[in-house]
Amino acid sequence: MTRHTLDARRLLCPMPVIRTQNKIKSLAPGDIVEVVCTDPGATNDIPAWCRMHGHAVIGTETRSGEFIITVEVGKIAG
Amino acid sequence: MATPRKAVALISGGLDSMLAARTMLEQGIHVEGINFFTGFCVEGHTHAIRAKDRARPKRNNALWAAEQLGIRLHIIDVIDEYKDVLTKPKHGYGANLNPCLDCKGFMVGKAYQWMTENGFDFVVTGEVIGQRPMSQRKDTMPVIARESGAGDLLLRPLSAKLLPPTRPEREGWVDRDKLFDFNGRNRKPQMALAAAHGITEYAQPAGGCCFLTDATYARKLTDLWQVRGSKEYELDDIMLLKVGRHLRPRPHFKLIIGREEGENNFLEGYRRQFTCLRPISHHGPLALLDGTADESDLQLAARVTARFSQGRNAPLVQVEVTRQSVTTRLDVQPLAEDEIPHAWYI
Repeated sequence: MTRHTLDARRLLCPMPVIRTQNKIKSLAPGDIVEVVCTDPGATNDIPAWCRMHGHAVIGTETRSGEFIITVEVGKIAG
Repeated sequence: MATPRKAVALISGGLDSMLAARTMLEQGIHVEGINFFTGFCVEGHTHAIRAKDRARPKRNNALWAAEQLGIRLHIIDVIDEYKDVLTKPKHGYGANLNPCLDCKGFMVGKAYQWMTENGFDFVVTGEVIGQRPMSQRKDTMPVIARESGAGDLLLRPLSAKLLPPTRPEREGWVDRDKLFDFNGRNRKPQMALAAAHGITEYAQPAGGCCFLTDATYARKLTDLWQVRGSKEYELDDIMLLKVGRHLRPRPHFKLIIGREEGENNFLEGYRRQFTCLRPISHHGPLALLDGTADESDLQLAARVTARFSQGRNAPLVQVEVTRQSVTTRLDVQPLAEDEIPHAWYI
């Protein structure tokens, strides 16, 4: 398991989802990726995308106006 | 048991594409959704920027629709590839800068490419004959099928009975009798079908899902291209056209002035790329100056910015001007309302 950070600051919907989707394609099941966003819409969109693709959101927090969504990569590719 | 056939469905987030995908699911087809982000989609950006839209659900409608359908959605960034579609449309533009026919052909073509790369069998769209004046006509639908390369692997379930049978129908992958003959702009058949499927909530873009159909946006984009002398753009350019008032007081510069807090915050992210003006003696907007400006231009820009501040009726407003990390302060008299010609507004 490796831990990664994805900077999606200043990107607006749906770019944070697209960046997350593209990042996860290069990761292995069990890897963790922390997506840092400034668009509040990402807090709905990234979990929705994860649910349908078999990845787990294991944490969402807000720090200084930024949203950090932590995703554990699931077994299903893409 | 035979392996189900697989269809990739273009999902916009609107009702028609939901119904088309749902119709395929009802026939036992494995459906996955695809959605293309051109940079011009109304989806998302605006509700994330403007404070007045904060009460609206902050969700991507295509993702939401796919989740309601219980299918996976793949969102594809086509920003760069789309530039050719927009700047050199073979079939021309609609009422504004909307290259609808070329756009649909491009998206179906991309979906067809995705289909072949991922081992799917056919492409599904929610197109309805007569629904749109440019891209959804009986005579243009074959153009999309042909120019996209999808040919008879493109199925439009909602109008299929009014079109020649496609390969999925001929081969018996889907039952043509269970497809539809929707035609025209009347939405009642779709609403009835939605009700039959228990679909009660859906986005209603009503043709407004793309900024390129918007006259004001098209005017700003035309202005950008005219000033540059070419139809070039980057994502930041087209994002900024969605935000604020755009005024061009002089041919060599324009001002982008935030209309409210959400827009000011968004424009703040660009302050290092542009000359930035902000009233400091009174509450007021953040303004970005795009172009070149000498000292007299800066004075004018500061006076325009002051006009949109709460000091618009004050004798003087102090405006902070930051250019290339150097900040100065200008005390200026706000322009009077009649000193801002209508022609400055882009």
